[in-house]
Amino acid sequence: MQLTFNKRADAPAGSPLNSGNSLADLRCGQAAVIELLNVPEDLGRRLMELGFFPGSEVVAAGCAPGGDPRVYRVDGSEIALRKETASLLKIQAGSIRTENPAKSPSSRP
Amino acid sequence: MSAGNSRRDLAADRPSNTGGRRHYVALVGPPNAGKTTLFNRLTGLRQKVGNFPGVTVEYHIGKARATGGREVFLIDLPGIYSLQPRSEDEEVTRDVLIGKKPDLGQPDAVVLILDATNLHRQLLLAAPILDLGLPTLVVLNMADDLAARGGSVDPAALAAQLGSPVALISAATGAGVEKVLQFLEGSIARPLAAAKRVELPILQDLPGCRRWAGQIGRQSGYTAPAPPLWTRRLDTVFLHPFLGPFTFLAVVVAVFQTIFSGAKPLMDGVENVIAISGNWIGAALPDGLVRGFLIDGIWAGVGSVLIFLPQILLLFLFIGVLEDSGYLARAALIADRTMSLVGLQGKAFIPLLSAYACAIPAIMATRTIENKRDRLATILIAPFMTCSARLPVYLLIIAAFIPDRPLLGPLLNTQTAAMLGLYLLGFLAAIATAQLLRSTVLRRQQTVFVLELPPYRMPNIRSLGLRLYDRAVVFLKRAGTVILLVSACLWVLAHMPYENGQPAKLEQSYAGQIGHFVEPAIRPLGFNWKIGVGLITSLAAREVIIGTLGTIYGIENADKDNVSLQQALRQDLSPAAAAALLVFFAFAMQCFSTVAVVRRETGSWFWPSVQFIYMTSFAYVSAWGTYLFLNR
Repeated sequence: MQLTFNKRADAPAGSPLNSGNSLADLRCGQAAVIELLNVPEDLGRRLMELGFFPGSEVVAAGCAPGGDPRVYRVDGSEIALRKETASLLKIQAGSIRTENPAKSPSSRP
Repeated sequence: MSAGNSRRDLAADRPSNTGGRRHYVALVGPPNAGKTTLFNRLTGLRQKVGNFPGVTVEYHIGKARATGGREVFLIDLPGIYSLQPRSEDEEVTRDVLIGKKPDLGQPDAVVLILDATNLHRQLLLAAPILDLGLPTLVVLNMADDLAARGGSVDPAALAAQLGSPVALISAATGAGVEKVLQFLEGSIARPLAAAKRVELPILQDLPGCRRWAGQIGRQSGYTAPAPPLWTRRLDTVFLHPFLGPFTFLAVVVAVFQTIFSGAKPLMDGVENVIAISGNWIGAALPDGLVRGFLIDGIWAGVGSVLIFLPQILLLFLFIGVLEDSGYLARAALIADRTMSLVGLQGKAFIPLLSAYACAIPAIMATRTIENKRDRLATILIAPFMTCSARLPVYLLIIAAFIPDRPLLGPLLNTQTAAMLGLYLLGFLAAIATAQLLRSTVLRRQQTVFVLELPPYRMPNIRSLGLRLYDRAVVFLKRAGTVILLVSACLWVLAHMPYENGQPAKLEQSYAGQIGHFVEPAIRPLGFNWKIGVGLITSLAAREVIIGTLGTIYGIENADKDNVSLQQALRQDLSPAAAAALLVFFAFAMQCFSTVAVVRRETGSWFWPSVQFIYMTSFAYVSAWGTYLFLNR
């Protein structure tokens, strides 16, 4: 597990940092484990202070009407992120699982 | 006692307030942990707002009565997630804690307040705070919530792990607060019991800190509470694709309805009190210059502003309830998508809503926006929102010039439509300006919007009351200084120079001369010199123009009653010029206090100057266009 900060605002298309699934790909009620935070360092620290660590499990809990921003449940709290930010938080391949719907009444497809 | 604390022991031997150093305890914690609720419970009304010199961050300082009856100074520092200075709030909090604020010195002790319902993450802040080596009380707040949701923690075990005392309390109900008071008592005891040194993680290594927090939590028997079910249930409604926006709109409409219709009886009440007390003062004074100065100059001028106090307090009550209940975070979430269309973000929604009451608290509320450019853009457009000071000006001119006719049956009449049109005008100007800023000076590729959604909670009446009290004091100070000064100056200018023991006629007075001097500049808009005097005095605060026009026409037609202000305006101003005046007021930045607060919040005169010139030229050109268009 590694912690990567991207010094530039966005990596060139096709770079390994831009491939793979991210939190933005989760549907409501799905959970996944974060692989790395592909964000500038200060945003990365803020996200970690809110619970988004590499290795943390994150649940897509819901979203604003219209679908953006999204609400993620992580480390006991709910954090809203815009899709564009969520797409920079890469998830471990194969870590997606669907939460028991009864446990998350606010999730909607 | 370890050697590392000898410096503090020396300081502690000095009596309080010698050498410019005051003994105090700092209250720190992450946002939403209930820090302010605890502070209010400990200090009540014995608190005031302070400002650190050179920065915009406000703090509250108050006195708490410790267990032994002695008084301890407490400082409520801004909510922080870490001591890594990223925002101005965090920088100030860190500077205070490490003693870099020369006027304050390092605190004698720290009360770290954490939300017990989310202990693991909250303990992330404990590591850097304990690392300071100050005597620290770790307060685990929301004990009632933790127990109700089936969570538990062993404070004694946690205290052993952290090497500092731990108190499990509920700041909202007051349960366990006596433990905080005991700690405060100890904080003024000499010598101080310092924090025990414990093994702390490397602070730069956040994942390491999080592992440490998890381990500490496990070893103190922490059971996380069940998820907040009510919060999830409420969010299924408030964030529902259809019900969510509907509730949002209903809330916004309710806020407006309250500040316009609900506040009316209260405002009439204040108006009556001012009128009656003015008559009393008038009856007690001999007729003459002094009475004229006090009644027509000062009392009328200040009174015309005091009338807005109920409206402003009601708006703050609303915002307070929405904020403390947790709904405001959802409102910001819902608004984010719409705001992003004009290059703003959801967090700007709260300041912009407040700006409908007054731009000053709105601009101060932009501090919650971390991104500097987003914050600046919000500050620059906030004064376009129709603040309550414009309202009386609109009311006067609309009543004088627009005949009251039904437009949509009983639902809408012409006057209301004109009023709504003016609100819309301000809003559109704000949006256009935001767009302009985004495509020019404040251009950027990416907006970061990170917002924590706290669980819904019952607002605390005590905290709400204290907040309203705070706001009332700020507002009354303004009325008692800026507006009092302007009213007094205007009255003097309108009566000077004195010739043969008689005050000058208005037209020959200094005020009249100033009005005549600016007349060429405002003639294209259809305004005469009297409006010119009003425009100049309204630079101090918009609503002052009413008092000014009252004074001007009152002086001219001293025998007529007050109702004739509308008639006098109709004789003096063409309908096209009246429309131009409304447009001018919708856009111009006529408020010294706003200019001052923008200077304070942006740190230089650059942005307030740009803003003032931009808004005033925008107003001038638009008013000119309106006048030309209507006078074709």
